[in-house]
Amino acid sequence: MHSAVLASGSMSETTRVPDGPPEDDRELLSRLRKGDGGGYEELVRQNTGRLLAVTRRLLGNDEDARDAVQDAFISAFRALDRFQGNARLSTWLHRIAVNAALMKLRSRRNHPEESIEDLLPVFDQNGFHVTPTSPLGIPEEPRPDAKRLRTAERVRAAMDELPESYRTVLLLRDIEELDTKETAEMLGVTPNAVKIRLHRARQALKGLLERAPVGGES
Amino acid sequence: MNCREFTEFLSAYLSGELPESERKVFDDHLRLCPPCVDYLADYKDVIDQGKCACRDEDETARKSPPEDLVRAILAAREKHS
Repeated sequence: MHSAVLASGSMSETTRVPDGPPEDDRELLSRLRKGDGGGYEELVRQNTGRLLAVTRRLLGNDEDARDAVQDAFISAFRALDRFQGNARLSTWLHRIAVNAALMKLRSRRNHPEESIEDLLPVFDQNGFHVTPTSPLGIPEEPRPDAKRLRTAERVRAAMDELPESYRTVLLLRDIEELDTKETAEMLGVTPNAVKIRLHRARQALKGLLERAPVGGES
Repeated sequence: MNCREFTEFLSAYLSGELPESERKVFDDHLRLCPPCVDYLADYKDVIDQGKCACRDEDETARKSPPEDLVRAILAAREKHS
């Protein structure tokens, strides 16, 4: 089931390359289709790290993330003959890995989600801000690496705190840069639901970061 | 327009989905409402910081794929081919 579901459908080659795949992709694809073991190793080495980061963000743990990456590669290997070269190989693999991770998420979803209401902005009875928004403390100037890394860690930790349905949409739209339609198809929801969840996820992330400003010392 | 309405349609405003007439109402509200100016700036910062944090993570991960996972994937390919 995996290979058929993961590597088929509209998400398989959605990000088009206007003039076809780049030369290095064409060459690698040719080697893969000839069964060249070195080609497979190159494909796996070039993409495994990034795909693992993607699936880890979606799944929240290393073991499931590694399984999803492995499932994705196996699906991709089986579907190579159907790959038409309308997208970059890395983009195609990325979509397959995202879908593999979403399938794992669906299979383990069995708990009610926490509310994000207390992270959303508060208004008075006339609809105006009750209190000014708290500054996030995000420095605009380039920062030393150590501080930049701490900031990145804090932002990623705040993303992890979001309830799954919000975190998933935020990751797919803002981080993995899928469009609304593709995200909706992958999640089996309407495009409007994606837009609403994305907006609320961003607001909730802002609320979480206000509680522990990203530029603040800890 | 009040702050609640402004905030509700903020995402559509940023992505350019609003018709010109509605966009003008948003712009007018922004000129009069410093809290919403701040809210908009922070909202955009949150999006940018998220992208930045994950881009760093992707770049680090791309350079160092776990060797055991690479080998496991290649072994699985051998098994399935």
